[in-house]
Order: sequence, then C-alpha cells, then structure tokens
Amino acid sequence: MTAGAVTPHRSPSTPERDSFWYLVHAEWTKFRTVRGWVIATGVTILAITALAFLFCDITAGCAVSSGASGTASAGACPPAPPAGPGGEPVQDAFYFLHQPLTGNGTITVQLTSLTGQIAIGPGSNGQPQMGSGLQPWSKAGIIIKENTSQGSAYAAMMATGSNGVRMQWDYVNDRPGLPGSVSASASRWLRLVRDGDTITGYDSADGTHWTPVDTVTLPGLTDPKQAGTVQAGLFTAAPSNGNAATTTGVFQHIGLSWPATRWTATNVGGTGQNGVGQPGTFSQSGGVFSVTGGSGDIAPLTGGAGVISIQRALLGTFFGLIPLVVVAAMFITGEYRRGLIRVSLTAAPRRGRLLAAKAAVIAAVGFVAGAVAAALAVAVGTPVLPRTGIPVWPVSLLTEARMVVGTGALLALAGVLALAIAIIVRRSAPAITTAIVVIFIPYLLTVGVGPQGGGNGRGGGGDWLLQATPVAAMAVQQALPRYYQVAAPYVVVGGYYPLAPWAGLAVECAWAAAALALAFFLLRRRDA
Amino acid sequence: MSLAARVFPPPYPAGRALRAAAAALKAEWTKFRTVAEPFWLLAGVVALTVAVGAVAGSAARCSSASCGLDPAAVSFTGVYPAQAVAAVVGVLAVGTEYSTGMIKLSLTAMPRRLTWLFAKAAVVTAPVLAASALAVAGAALAGWLILPGHGFTPAHGYPSLTTGTDLRAAVGTVLYLTLIALLSLGVAAAIRNSSAAIGVVLGALYLFPITAAVVSNPTIARHLNQIGPLPAGLDAQATTGINTLPLTPWQGLGVVALWTAGALLLGALALTFRDA
Repeated sequence: MTAGAVTPHRSPSTPERDSFWYLVHAEWTKFRTVRGWVIATGVTILAITALAFLFCDITAGCAVSSGASGTASAGACPPAPPAGPGGEPVQDAFYFLHQPLTGNGTITVQLTSLTGQIAIGPGSNGQPQMGSGLQPWSKAGIIIKENTSQGSAYAAMMATGSNGVRMQWDYVNDRPGLPGSVSASASRWLRLVRDGDTITGYDSADGTHWTPVDTVTLPGLTDPKQAGTVQAGLFTAAPSNGNAATTTGVFQHIGLSWPATRWTATNVGGTGQNGVGQPGTFSQSGGVFSVTGGSGDIAPLTGGAGVISIQRALLGTFFGLIPLVVVAAMFITGEYRRGLIRVSLTAAPRRGRLLAAKAAVIAAVGFVAGAVAAALAVAVGTPVLPRTGIPVWPVSLLTEARMVVGTGALLALAGVLALAIAIIVRRSAPAITTAIVVIFIPYLLTVGVGPQGGGNGRGGGGDWLLQATPVAAMAVQQALPRYYQVAAPYVVVGGYYPLAPWAGLAVECAWAAAALALAFFLLRRRDA
Repeated sequence: MSLAARVFPPPYPAGRALRAAAAALKAEWTKFRTVAEPFWLLAGVVALTVAVGAVAGSAARCSSASCGLDPAAVSFTGVYPAQAVAAVVGVLAVGTEYSTGMIKLSLTAMPRRLTWLFAKAAVVTAPVLAASALAVAGAALAGWLILPGHGFTPAHGYPSLTTGTDLRAAVGTVLYLTLIALLSLGVAAAIRNSSAAIGVVLGALYLFPITAAVVSNPTIARHLNQIGPLPAGLDAQATTGINTLPLTPWQGLGVVALWTAGALLLGALALTFRDA
C-alpha cells in the first residue's frame, strides 16, 4: 500500500444543513417519533378540554326555573340578578326619592352631611347591634334613571364615604370628582344636566364655581314607551357585602329646572333578595331632606358575590401542565440517559443553537396544545355554563381570544421552563419535580387549601406569590374585570389575579428566560 | 422463572426465610447508601421543610384571639414542597433500577420478586422516616422560636406550643412524608418509568387540593378534600378547629395509608405478572 494518500471522504456540507431550521426540524422529528410524548401532549389537550365540562357544570344546588330538567329534590334557584345595559349581572338596590322628568332638565343639590350605621356585633332579637360608621363606598347623591326597575340605565353624581365625589353611570363606569369627605363646613354641590340621551355631571364646593366631571351618553335612557320621561331625584345606598348597614344623606337647596311635583319614595329592587336590606326612610323640613337607605348598592356583581365566567372552563390548565412538564423535561433528559446527547452535539456542535432548537420545538408544542385545548374548553364551557343557575358574566370575543392565546403562551413558557430546568439538573424526576413545585406550590399556598379549607389555619400566602412566581401567568385567563369602585374580595378562587393579564405572562416569561440562560451557561461549560 | 413459580414460589426451607429477607435487605441497603443522590434528596426534604416553615412562621401574624391561624399548620407549611422531594426518593428507588437495567440483575439475584420489592420499600422507609423526623423537629423548633413573637401567645388562645395535639401534628407529618415516599415507590414499580411516575404522583398530590379550592360546589370540595392524599393527610397537622375538618386527623392519615397500600399493591401485581 504505497500508493498516494487517499483523500478521506467527507459528506458535502450543504447550506441548509447549517440553517437553524434544519436543526429545529431534526428536533421536531425526535419529538414526534416518540409515541409516549405525542400521547402525553394529547393528554394535555384532553385534560383541559374534559375538565372544562366538570368545572363549568357546577350545580348551584338548585333548579333553574326556566329549565324543565331540574331535579325534584333541588330547590328553586334564587331569582337571577338584574342585567345592566351592557348585559352584565348587576346589583341595583338603593333608596330612591324621585319625580318624573320629561324632556331635558337639570337637578342641583347641596349635600351637607353623609353619615352611616354599620353592624358592629351581634345584638338582641336577631338584629345586629349597629354603630355609626361609613363604608368607603357608602354613597348619597342625585341620579337620573330610565325608570325604577332594576338594571335600567342611569347616571349619578354622589359623595362617598372615603372616595370623594364620584360620577357613576350604567353600573360599571366611575369617574372621580372633588376629593375629601362631606361635612357641614365642607358641603358638596352636585348637578346633573340631561340633554336627550346625554347627561353631564358637575360638582362644586361653593355652589357658584362648577366643574364638569364627565359627559356620558346613555343609549337606553329614553324608552320610547315612556315618551322621554325618566326618573330624577335623590338616592342613598350602603354597600356592605350583605351585612346590615345604612347611609344617611342630608340635602338642601334642591333646585329642579322643571315644575316640581310630589316626591315618590321607592326601594329599588324591593327589600330582601336582590333588594335593599331594610326599607329606606326620609324626612323633610323647610327644604332640608334627610334620606336614609339600607344596605344595597348600584354596581356590577363580582366574582366573590356569586358571578362566574367562562374563565372556569380553563381551570383544567393545571391538569394539562403536568403531562406537558413531564414531556418537556424528558425531551432533554432522555438524551442524557441514552447518550443521544453526544450524537446531537456532534451533529450540532454549537450548543446554543441546539438549545434554541429544542426550546423552539417544545414552545411550539406547548403553544399549540394550550391554544387548541383552551379553544375547545371555551367551546365546551360556553353552552354548559348557563345551566348552573349562577349568573354568568358576559365576556367579549376579544377577551376570549386573549384567554385562548394566553393559555397557549402559558403552556409554551412552562414547557421551556421545564426544559431549561431539565438541562440544569440533567435527571428526569428531580427536574420534573422542581418545575412542578415551582409552578404549583405558590398557587396552592395562595388559594389556602388544607385542613380548614378556605381559611386553612395557615393564613393566605399573600398576593406576592402570584406576582413573583411563574403561576402569575394564570392572570392571562382572568375574564372578570376588577372594579375600583366596588369593594369586594378580589381573590384567586373568585377568578381574580393580582397582576394584569400580559404582566402575569411576562413574569413567567422572565422565569423561563432566566432558567434558559442558566441552562445555556451550564450546557456550554459542562461536558455532555 | 415461570409465571406460576413467580406467583407461587416454592416455600423456603425451614429457617431460611429470615436469612433470605435479611440478605435482600442488606443488598438493597448497600445500593441505597452507596449512591449520593438519595442523601442529597433527603437533605433537601429537611432543608425545604425547615426553611419554608420558618418563612411561613415569619410571615404569620396573630393579632387577636380569633385570628384563625393554626401554629402547627403554619410551622409545617414546608411539607407542601418537601413531600415532592420525598416522592422523588421513592420514585428513584425503583425507577433507576429500570432506567439502568439493574432490575435484571436484581431479579436474577433475587428471583422472588416480592421479596425484592418489600426489601426496597423497607430500605426506603427507614432513611425517609429519619429525615422526616429531623425535618419536622427542625420546623417545630423554628416555629417554637418564631411564633410566640408573632402573636401566638397565651392571651390569643395558644397556651403552649408543646401540647399533645402539637405532638400529634408532628408525628402525623413525619408519617405523612414517609407514606408519600412509599406511595411513590409503589407507583414507580407499577409504571416503571421515573418521569411518568413522578408526574402521576405529583398530580395525585397537588391536583386534588387545587380542584377542591376552585370548585364552587362545597359538597364536591369536601369530598375532594376527603379522598385526596394531600388534603386528607395534612388534616393530621391540625391543632385548632379540628371539629370543622372533613376528616379527623387519624382518619386523614388512614386515607393516605390506603393510597399507599393501593399503590404498593399495584406495583406488586405489575412486578409479579409482567416481564421485567
């Protein structure tokens, strides 16, 4: 063998072999050809979709009167709450001293006192012991309302317990006016001007210098059957989350732009269920009106107060996360266990690119699985949800799209996080456990599970756990809006998260990015 | 070994059964102690239990007589993450046998498969029990030092933090962690894949309480809290409001023991009737 040197064979290096997408394609082939991983991804989708049925089909323990299929043993549901002009379930219970207003007009009052009583302890005869005190959103003022039935359109100017003067309209809207509380020395002048469907609210501290608070158009204000007649007058309400409370407002210098008629007193919503806690009263002497209303409010209902939304359909996300995290971790630990990692790194010596390709594949799998599952869950949950007998909050198509896309992103990032942890740990079971503990435990400690249920003897974990850990991304599924002007328990089990939807997702993204950075550092530094 | 011989192995000659069991135990203990990973995992159980308990204790404030907080439950909050590490110990004890192929060697040396499984279980039990006891003692000590300064005083209805119920909470927590490790061992023997097994175990632990918290029907929530191993088992930690629990503390631990027995039974059946 003395012949000339033989040129060793080299397979040609083609440009597409150097491309990143070639690597992604290789990783995708690895993923889709492992049957267990494809099945686990299917389980993710199936779990989220199937559990939508369970979480939406929660019986309220009563039969909806409109449905014929109610079981005989179940009692009738309490009457459904009224719906506001936007279709949302609302609370509309207050004491209303009103007279009809036909056509355009203006009502002006001076509010010289705002006081209240709240329950401070158990009293005698089953009646709670009352003491003086105002809720932050106890309110008294003037209102122009379509009619005295619940859920009708309105606009109101009011003074509140500790939130200053506000203009509120159609239940969900709120605009601040003059700050500070009301007293005889610091009275508040309020004015509402009606011009067709448009109402402008003004406030003033002295009755001469007026500031417009807002101008709003209420499409439902003029019912043709009423020939443009609406009800205008004084009102008080004491929001107290079901406890006994009253609010008293003292009004004087009542100015009406129309010929005054007799005042009619109405407890809007009646008393009892859906109405005020106790009938209101008023007294009048020499142009000074003292108006006292019982517990009630003019506001949207909230998740804590028995409203549900299509968000419930996505509660299976936690079930779907487990198989996805397992697959994402095995996607790399399998390579370490079988030594495939050495082949992979020989074929793609630039380790960062291999990591990026793996992350891209697992993120794509997670996103598609999450988005498909969420879309299916919403589709399954939508027809099931109204059967529960609990009022359903209407959710816009745009919000549903955000929930679906956000769930996809949530699962994609969880997959990347698990993959990165698996590269750091290089062992399946510890990696999967770390990822699941990091994602699940903050949520578990926040919802306060354990021996005593809701108030579990452990106290709440605090909102910070849902702001600083990957599970913050669950905020992307929040469908119920949070209202500044409604004091209610905005808690996780009611469907409220402390962060805004995309901010929550950004927190999870930061975790995934940090873990990926550490994984990249270790993958480059360590021997495979 | 034929299937019939596997299911009904011939009886040991008189006097040999104990020696065979002792040999199996010794072999499994050698496997356990000569690998570093279980030691670090058990150290993790202790560290997580104490650290998370201390943080929870530092965050807890009891400002009135009816603050509703349970000092034992607060001190032992660390069990929430620590049980996952205990589960890893149980899963890996069996899972690594399968992932490394060691199982073939083990069963060749010990053809009576159930002897092997129960030797494995016994070898896992002792160190997990010891580590759990250390973890719970550390968490109790942290709580004992921290909580009185945070309003858990006789004036607020916490006369002493070393009563009989507190002792029961501590013992119950130790037993709980050990049962979870054994439950995981049984699941791993049934599934034979560490990754899938740990996913199943953590799902069984964490999904019950999450579902119970968000389901709005209180009857369903109560039942979920009764059958889920985590919520039922942690009933054993309660020292206040025991009458409002879905289960009594010992009943709760009984539910976990049933889960563990079921998982070990499944593992034993799979081991007996399947080729390794």
